[in-house]
Amino acid sequence: MTTETLWIIVLGCGAATFLWRALGVAVVRRIDPQGPLFKWVTCVSYAMVAGLIFRMLILPESELATVPLWLRCTSIAIAFAAYFVAGRRLVAGVLGGGVSLSALMFLVS
Amino acid sequence: MSLIGDRTQVVRKAIVDSLSLPAFILFFTMMGFGSLMQNAGFGADMAAVATLLIWGLPGQLAMVELSATGQGVIAIVFACSLANARFMPMVVAFLPAMARAGVSLPRQLLDAQMLSINSWAMCLREFPKVEPEYRHLYYVTFASSILAAAVIGTLLGYYGAVILPAVLVLGLIFTSPLFFALVLSSTPGYAERLSMLTGCAIVPLAHHYLPSVDLLITGLAGGSFGFVAARFWGTADDD
Repeated sequence: MTTETLWIIVLGCGAATFLWRALGVAVVRRIDPQGPLFKWVTCVSYAMVAGLIFRMLILPESELATVPLWLRCTSIAIAFAAYFVAGRRLVAGVLGGGVSLSALMFLVS
Repeated sequence: MSLIGDRTQVVRKAIVDSLSLPAFILFFTMMGFGSLMQNAGFGADMAAVATLLIWGLPGQLAMVELSATGQGVIAIVFACSLANARFMPMVVAFLPAMARAGVSLPRQLLDAQMLSINSWAMCLREFPKVEPEYRHLYYVTFASSILAAAVIGTLLGYYGAVILPAVLVLGLIFTSPLFFALVLSSTPGYAERLSMLTGCAIVPLAHHYLPSVDLLITGLAGGSFGFVAARFWGTADDD
Protein backbone atom coordinates (compact mmCIF):
# COMPACT_ATOMS: atom_id res chain seq x y z
CA MET A 1 0.00 0.00 0.00
CA THR A 2 1.15 3.55 -0.65
CA THR A 3 2.07 5.99 2.12
CA GLU A 4 -1.08 8.00 1.39
CA THR A 5 -3.31 4.93 1.74
CA LEU A 6 -1.64 3.97 5.02
CA TRP A 7 -2.16 7.48 6.39
CA ILE A 8 -5.80 7.40 5.31
CA ILE A 9 -6.22 4.11 7.18
CA VAL A 10 -4.63 5.49 10.38
CA LEU A 11 -6.55 8.76 10.32
CA GLY A 12 -9.76 7.05 9.23
CA CYS A 13 -9.53 4.60 12.13
CA GLY A 14 -8.88 7.49 14.53
CA ALA A 15 -11.92 9.36 13.21
CA ALA A 16 -14.09 6.22 13.27
CA THR A 17 -13.23 5.61 16.92
CA PHE A 18 -13.77 9.26 17.78
CA LEU A 19 -17.32 9.01 16.35
CA TRP A 20 -18.27 6.58 19.13
CA ARG A 21 -16.73 8.85 21.75
CA ALA A 22 -18.56 11.90 20.35
CA LEU A 23 -21.79 9.92 20.27
CA GLY A 24 -21.24 9.12 23.95
CA VAL A 25 -20.77 12.84 24.68
CA ALA A 26 -23.95 13.67 22.74
CA VAL A 27 -25.89 11.13 24.78
CA VAL A 28 -24.39 12.15 28.11
CA ARG A 29 -25.38 15.78 27.57
CA ARG A 30 -29.00 14.74 27.07
CA ILE A 31 -29.70 12.17 29.76
CA ASP A 32 -30.10 12.46 33.52
CA PRO A 33 -27.15 10.79 35.32
CA GLN A 34 -29.54 9.72 38.07
CA GLY A 35 -32.12 8.23 35.70
CA PRO A 36 -32.77 4.65 34.55
CA LEU A 37 -31.47 5.26 31.01
CA PHE A 38 -28.07 6.23 32.39
CA LYS A 39 -28.09 3.19 34.64
CA TRP A 40 -28.86 0.96 31.67
CA VAL A 41 -26.04 2.40 29.51
CA THR A 42 -23.67 1.95 32.48
CA CYS A 43 -24.72 -1.71 32.70
CA VAL A 44 -24.13 -2.11 28.94
CA SER A 45 -20.64 -0.62 29.26
CA TYR A 46 -19.74 -2.94 32.15
CA ALA A 47 -21.02 -5.98 30.24
CA MET A 48 -19.04 -4.95 27.13
CA VAL A 49 -15.82 -4.36 29.01
CA ALA A 50 -16.20 -7.59 31.02
CA GLY A 51 -16.93 -9.49 27.80
CA LEU A 52 -13.85 -7.99 26.14
CA ILE A 53 -11.60 -8.94 29.06
CA PHE A 54 -13.10 -12.43 29.27
CA ARG A 55 -12.50 -12.86 25.53
CA MET A 56 -8.89 -11.67 25.84
CA LEU A 57 -8.21 -14.15 28.63
CA ILE A 58 -10.25 -17.20 27.55
CA LEU A 59 -10.53 -16.85 23.74
CA PRO A 60 -7.43 -14.82 22.85
CA GLU A 61 -6.52 -13.93 19.30
CA SER A 62 -3.09 -12.73 20.39
CA GLU A 63 -0.03 -14.89 21.00
CA LEU A 64 -1.73 -15.88 24.27
CA ALA A 65 -3.61 -18.45 22.20
CA THR A 66 -0.40 -20.50 22.22
CA VAL A 67 -0.73 -20.86 26.01
CA PRO A 68 -2.97 -23.85 26.94
CA LEU A 69 -6.32 -22.90 28.48
CA TRP A 70 -5.68 -24.81 31.74
CA LEU A 71 -2.43 -22.88 32.17
CA ARG A 72 -4.14 -19.52 31.63
CA CYS A 73 -6.88 -20.48 34.11
CA THR A 74 -4.30 -21.57 36.70
CA SER A 75 -2.51 -18.23 36.37
CA ILE A 76 -5.80 -16.33 36.65
CA ALA A 77 -6.58 -18.24 39.86
CA ILE A 78 -3.09 -17.49 41.23
CA ALA A 79 -3.51 -13.81 40.32
CA PHE A 80 -6.83 -13.50 42.16
CA ALA A 81 -5.49 -15.41 45.18
CA ALA A 82 -2.44 -13.12 45.36
CA TYR A 83 -4.64 -10.02 44.92
CA PHE A 84 -6.96 -10.88 47.80
CA VAL A 85 -4.26 -12.28 50.11
CA ALA A 86 -2.29 -9.04 49.68
CA GLY A 87 -5.33 -6.97 50.66
CA ARG A 88 -6.59 -6.14 47.16
CA ARG A 89 -3.23 -4.94 45.91
CA LEU A 90 -3.24 -4.84 42.08
CA VAL A 91 0.55 -5.15 41.86
CA ALA A 92 0.47 -8.43 43.79
CA GLY A 93 -2.24 -9.89 41.56
CA VAL A 94 -0.71 -8.83 38.26
CA LEU A 95 2.79 -9.96 39.28
CA GLY A 96 1.43 -13.27 40.60
CA GLY A 97 -0.47 -13.93 37.38
CA GLY A 98 2.18 -12.74 34.94
CA VAL A 99 5.10 -14.47 36.66
CA SER A 100 3.20 -17.74 37.13
CA LEU A 101 2.18 -17.78 33.45
CA SER A 102 5.74 -17.16 32.27
CA ALA A 103 7.15 -19.73 34.72
CA LEU A 104 4.59 -22.42 33.83
CA MET A 105 5.15 -21.87 30.10
CA PHE A 106 8.89 -22.13 30.66
CA LEU A 107 8.40 -25.44 32.51
CA VAL A 108 5.90 -26.87 30.01
CA SER A 109 7.75 -25.96 26.80
CA MET B 1 -11.52 8.17 55.52
CA SER B 2 -10.95 11.75 54.44
CA LEU B 3 -10.91 12.47 50.72
CA ILE B 4 -7.89 13.82 48.88
CA GLY B 5 -8.64 17.47 48.19
CA ASP B 6 -5.31 19.09 47.47
CA ARG B 7 -4.00 19.88 43.99
CA THR B 8 -0.47 18.59 44.52
CA GLN B 9 -1.65 15.46 46.28
CA VAL B 10 -4.15 14.66 43.53
CA VAL B 11 -1.52 15.06 40.79
CA ARG B 12 0.94 12.98 42.79
CA LYS B 13 -1.65 10.26 43.38
CA ALA B 14 -2.56 10.15 39.68
CA ILE B 15 1.09 9.82 38.63
CA VAL B 16 1.88 7.23 41.32
CA ASP B 17 -1.25 5.23 40.43
CA SER B 18 -0.40 5.27 36.74
CA LEU B 19 3.25 4.31 37.29
CA SER B 20 2.31 1.61 39.79
CA LEU B 21 1.07 -0.59 36.93
CA PRO B 22 -1.07 0.79 34.10
CA ALA B 23 1.72 2.81 32.47
CA PHE B 24 4.00 -0.23 32.38
CA ILE B 25 1.30 -2.57 31.15
CA LEU B 26 0.40 -0.17 28.34
CA PHE B 27 4.06 0.41 27.58
CA PHE B 28 4.58 -3.31 26.91
CA THR B 29 1.22 -3.83 25.19
CA MET B 30 1.88 -0.97 22.82
CA MET B 31 5.36 -2.31 22.11
CA GLY B 32 3.56 -5.30 20.67
CA PHE B 33 1.37 -2.99 18.57
CA GLY B 34 4.42 -1.02 17.39
CA SER B 35 6.15 -4.13 16.20
CA LEU B 36 3.01 -5.29 14.34
CA MET B 37 2.81 -1.86 12.66
CA GLN B 38 6.41 -2.18 11.54
CA ASN B 39 5.73 -5.64 10.06
CA ALA B 40 2.62 -4.39 8.27
CA GLY B 41 4.60 -1.65 6.48
CA PHE B 42 3.36 1.44 8.35
CA GLY B 43 5.76 4.27 9.26
CA ALA B 44 6.90 4.96 12.83
CA ASP B 45 5.06 8.28 12.74
CA MET B 46 1.89 6.47 11.66
CA ALA B 47 2.26 4.00 14.54
CA ALA B 48 2.60 6.82 17.09
CA VAL B 49 -0.33 8.77 15.60
CA ALA B 50 -2.47 5.59 15.60
CA THR B 51 -1.89 5.07 19.33
CA LEU B 52 -2.55 8.73 20.05
CA LEU B 53 -5.71 9.07 17.94
CA ILE B 54 -7.36 5.64 18.07
CA TRP B 55 -6.32 5.02 21.68
CA GLY B 56 -8.10 1.73 22.01
CA LEU B 57 -6.11 -1.46 21.52
CA PRO B 58 -8.79 -3.76 20.05
CA GLY B 59 -9.42 -1.25 17.25
CA GLN B 60 -5.69 -0.69 16.73
CA LEU B 61 -5.14 -4.44 16.44
CA ALA B 62 -8.05 -4.81 14.01
CA MET B 63 -6.50 -2.04 11.89
CA VAL B 64 -2.98 -3.45 11.76
CA GLU B 65 -4.05 -7.08 11.32
CA LEU B 66 -6.46 -6.34 8.46
CA SER B 67 -3.91 -4.03 6.81
CA ALA B 68 -1.32 -6.79 6.96
CA THR B 69 -3.70 -9.11 5.11
CA GLY B 70 -4.32 -6.46 2.45
CA GLN B 71 -8.01 -5.61 3.06
CA GLY B 72 -9.62 -2.51 1.57
CA VAL B 73 -9.56 0.84 3.39
CA ILE B 74 -13.31 0.90 4.06
CA ALA B 75 -13.29 -2.62 5.51
CA ILE B 76 -10.34 -1.78 7.76
CA VAL B 77 -11.86 1.46 9.08
CA PHE B 78 -15.20 -0.27 9.62
CA ALA B 79 -13.63 -3.17 11.54
CA CYS B 80 -11.62 -0.78 13.72
CA SER B 81 -14.74 1.25 14.43
CA LEU B 82 -16.74 -1.83 15.46
CA ALA B 83 -13.91 -3.06 17.66
CA ASN B 84 -13.93 0.28 19.49
CA ALA B 85 -17.71 0.79 19.70
CA ARG B 86 -17.54 0.20 23.46
CA PHE B 87 -16.32 3.80 23.84
CA MET B 88 -19.87 5.05 23.37
CA PRO B 89 -21.36 3.49 26.54
CA MET B 90 -18.02 3.90 28.35
CA VAL B 91 -18.07 7.66 27.77
CA VAL B 92 -21.69 7.85 28.91
CA ALA B 93 -20.93 5.92 32.10
CA PHE B 94 -17.71 7.80 32.77
CA LEU B 95 -18.19 11.54 32.23
CA PRO B 96 -20.88 12.08 34.91
CA ALA B 97 -18.59 10.38 37.49
CA MET B 98 -16.42 13.51 37.39
CA ALA B 99 -19.41 15.53 38.57
CA ARG B 100 -18.56 18.69 36.65
CA ALA B 101 -21.36 21.09 35.92
CA GLY B 102 -21.47 23.29 32.83
CA VAL B 103 -18.53 21.82 30.95
CA SER B 104 -18.17 23.08 27.38
CA LEU B 105 -18.68 20.69 24.47
CA PRO B 106 -15.07 20.87 23.14
CA ARG B 107 -13.76 20.17 26.64
CA GLN B 108 -16.04 17.14 26.98
CA LEU B 109 -15.00 15.86 23.57
CA LEU B 110 -11.37 16.15 24.61
CA ASP B 111 -12.11 14.24 27.82
CA ALA B 112 -13.85 11.56 25.75
CA GLN B 113 -10.90 11.36 23.35
CA MET B 114 -8.47 10.73 26.24
CA LEU B 115 -10.58 7.92 27.68
CA SER B 116 -9.23 4.39 27.51
CA ILE B 117 -10.20 1.22 29.29
CA ASN B 118 -7.29 1.81 31.72
CA SER B 119 -8.35 5.24 32.86
CA TRP B 120 -12.00 4.19 32.82
CA ALA B 121 -11.42 1.27 35.17
CA MET B 122 -8.83 2.98 37.40
CA CYS B 123 -10.69 6.28 37.76
CA LEU B 124 -14.02 4.64 38.57
CA ARG B 125 -12.11 2.67 41.22
CA GLU B 126 -10.16 5.61 42.67
CA PHE B 127 -12.68 8.48 42.31
CA PRO B 128 -14.40 7.71 45.65
CA LYS B 129 -11.08 8.57 47.35
CA VAL B 130 -10.80 11.99 45.65
CA GLU B 131 -12.84 15.15 46.32
CA PRO B 132 -15.36 15.57 43.46
CA GLU B 133 -13.87 18.90 42.31
CA TYR B 134 -10.44 17.30 41.84
CA ARG B 135 -11.60 14.17 39.99
CA HIS B 136 -11.15 15.77 36.59
CA LEU B 137 -7.59 16.77 37.47
CA TYR B 138 -6.92 13.20 38.60
CA TYR B 139 -8.33 11.85 35.34
CA VAL B 140 -6.42 14.20 33.04
CA THR B 141 -3.13 13.60 34.86
CA PHE B 142 -3.62 9.83 34.89
CA ALA B 143 -4.72 9.68 31.25
CA SER B 144 -1.83 11.88 30.01
CA SER B 145 0.66 9.82 31.94
CA ILE B 146 -0.45 6.49 30.45
CA LEU B 147 -0.86 8.02 26.99
CA ALA B 148 2.77 9.15 27.08
CA ALA B 149 3.89 5.68 28.18
CA ALA B 150 1.81 4.13 25.38
CA VAL B 151 3.29 6.34 22.64
CA ILE B 152 6.85 5.72 23.88
CA GLY B 153 6.10 1.98 24.00
CA THR B 154 4.71 2.05 20.45
CA LEU B 155 7.87 3.70 19.11
CA LEU B 156 10.25 1.41 21.01
CA GLY B 157 8.27 -1.61 19.80
CA TYR B 158 8.35 -0.28 16.26
CA TYR B 159 12.11 0.01 16.26
CA GLY B 160 12.45 -3.35 18.04
CA ALA B 161 14.45 -1.64 20.77
CA VAL B 162 13.63 -4.16 23.47
CA ILE B 163 13.93 -7.85 22.65
CA LEU B 164 12.49 -10.09 25.35
CA PRO B 165 12.38 -13.89 25.70
CA ALA B 166 9.16 -15.42 24.32
CA VAL B 167 7.84 -16.73 27.65
CA LEU B 168 8.32 -13.30 29.23
CA VAL B 169 6.42 -11.66 26.34
CA LEU B 170 3.50 -14.05 26.97
CA GLY B 171 3.48 -13.11 30.66
CA LEU B 172 3.45 -9.42 29.72
CA ILE B 173 0.59 -9.80 27.20
CA PHE B 174 -1.30 -11.66 29.90
CA THR B 175 -0.95 -8.85 32.46
CA SER B 176 -3.12 -6.43 30.51
CA PRO B 177 -6.48 -8.30 30.61
CA LEU B 178 -5.57 -9.66 34.04
CA PHE B 179 -5.16 -6.14 35.39
CA PHE B 180 -8.66 -5.16 34.19
CA ALA B 181 -10.16 -8.36 35.57
CA LEU B 182 -8.70 -7.56 39.00
CA VAL B 183 -9.77 -3.90 38.91
CA LEU B 184 -13.32 -4.83 37.88
CA SER B 185 -13.63 -7.59 40.48
CA SER B 186 -14.14 -4.90 43.12
CA THR B 187 -16.84 -3.03 41.18
CA PRO B 188 -19.69 -2.11 43.52
CA GLY B 189 -23.36 -2.43 42.56
CA TYR B 190 -25.58 -5.46 42.01
CA ALA B 191 -26.65 -4.41 38.49
CA GLU B 192 -23.06 -3.78 37.35
CA ARG B 193 -21.79 -7.10 38.75
CA LEU B 194 -24.66 -9.03 37.23
CA SER B 195 -24.08 -7.30 33.86
CA MET B 196 -20.41 -8.27 33.92
CA LEU B 197 -21.13 -11.92 34.80
CA THR B 198 -23.78 -12.16 32.10
CA GLY B 199 -21.41 -10.51 29.63
CA CYS B 200 -18.75 -13.15 30.35
CA ALA B 201 -21.33 -15.91 29.83
CA ILE B 202 -22.58 -14.46 26.53
CA VAL B 203 -19.31 -13.47 24.87
CA PRO B 204 -18.16 -17.00 23.86
CA LEU B 205 -21.46 -17.59 22.04
CA ALA B 206 -21.53 -14.14 20.45
CA HIS B 207 -17.89 -14.51 19.43
CA HIS B 208 -18.59 -17.90 17.86
CA TYR B 209 -21.66 -16.90 15.86
CA LEU B 210 -21.13 -13.17 15.11
CA PRO B 211 -17.45 -12.39 15.71
CA SER B 212 -17.50 -8.89 14.16
CA VAL B 213 -20.21 -7.57 16.50
CA ASP B 214 -19.64 -9.91 19.45
CA LEU B 215 -18.95 -7.15 21.98
CA LEU B 216 -21.94 -5.06 20.90
CA ILE B 217 -24.23 -8.05 21.39
CA THR B 218 -22.50 -8.95 24.65
CA GLY B 219 -22.91 -5.41 25.97
CA LEU B 220 -26.52 -4.97 24.93
CA ALA B 221 -27.68 -8.41 26.08
CA GLY B 222 -25.55 -8.62 29.25
CA GLY B 223 -26.17 -5.03 30.27
CA SER B 224 -29.91 -5.21 29.65
CA PHE B 225 -30.17 -8.44 31.63
CA GLY B 226 -28.19 -7.01 34.54
CA PHE B 227 -30.22 -3.82 34.48
CA VAL B 228 -33.62 -5.55 34.35
CA ALA B 229 -32.70 -8.29 36.82
CA ALA B 230 -31.45 -5.72 39.34
CA ARG B 231 -34.71 -3.76 38.96
CA PHE B 232 -36.93 -6.77 39.54
CA TRP B 233 -35.06 -8.93 41.98
CA GLY B 234 -32.35 -6.63 43.26
CA THR B 235 -32.75 -6.00 46.95
CA ALA B 236 -29.11 -5.07 47.31
CA ASP B 237 -29.06 -2.49 44.50
CA ASP B 238 -27.01 0.28 46.01
CA ASP B 239 -27.38 3.12 43.53
